[in-house]
Amino acid sequence: MEIPYSVKANPVTGIPNGKFGIWLFLASEVMLFGALFSSYVLLRVGADVWPHGRDVGLSIPLATLNTMVLIASSVTMVMAWASLKMDQFKKFRLYLGLTILLAFGFLVVKYFEYTAKFHHEIYPSTSTFFAIYFTLTGLHGLHVIGGIIVNSYLWGPGAKVWRSEPDRFANRIEYAGLYWHFVDLVWIFLFPVLYLL
Amino acid sequence: MSADSAEEIRKHVKVYITVFAALAALTIITVGISYLHLPAFWAITFALLVATVKGSLVACYFMHLISERAIIFWVLIVCLIFFAHLLLLPVATSSHY
Repeated sequence: MEIPYSVKANPVTGIPNGKFGIWLFLASEVMLFGALFSSYVLLRVGADVWPHGRDVGLSIPLATLNTMVLIASSVTMVMAWASLKMDQFKKFRLYLGLTILLAFGFLVVKYFEYTAKFHHEIYPSTSTFFAIYFTLTGLHGLHVIGGIIVNSYLWGPGAKVWRSEPDRFANRIEYAGLYWHFVDLVWIFLFPVLYLL
Repeated sequence: MSADSAEEIRKHVKVYITVFAALAALTIITVGISYLHLPAFWAITFALLVATVKGSLVACYFMHLISERAIIFWVLIVCLIFFAHLLLLPVATSSHY
């Protein structure tokens, strides 16, 4: 069965259905994280004192490193898509592989951050700050894991589509990329909000 | 993004590298400024301003919003209206006190 408008633009929207779908999904994700950011503002405005991240043991150098890692992974992701558009499948594999490795790197740094907190007996129940810190970074971390799963599939067995339907596969990489850039975008706001302010 | 030729994509690649350098520089600047211990209002304003610029760079160039179709913008405009409502909820709640 052929899926309609997976490559050609839908005459109603002017874009392939997959692209419209991923943007609608991202809009719902904005609302999900928006609700938590709104909760953060409410908690912070309502608190008598609100700690600076660095004063309660959050590591700014590690978080800065993770920011750089995610930004780099966004570049490698878009380069993976660009490589397909230039018909360079080996380069695509290299760049998408790098994206996956950088995502794992982000999670490893996050693991060290989390275990350092647990080692000092700091949990979500410790304070309002840490409740929202673990909720926001935990949800973001789950999104990173989701991205790793999707990108790994597209790097491995999912890449078979390239041989039979290259345009369709390039579109899939573009949609996976849009999701991955969104994950990066969320972290760009989480980083100053939780660590620097 | 609309259908692109390989030559156009090569031009895009240069833009991606430039955006990456800008994002890295802005990250270092925002971290550096945070160590100056500015008054809370200015620290929050500056950090969120830099984050907004960085987010816009990612959305415009990596997510290709700068050359995207109108329907995507309509989806995002509706989304941002609701998002703004969400962020204003704490203000509305705190006005009761």
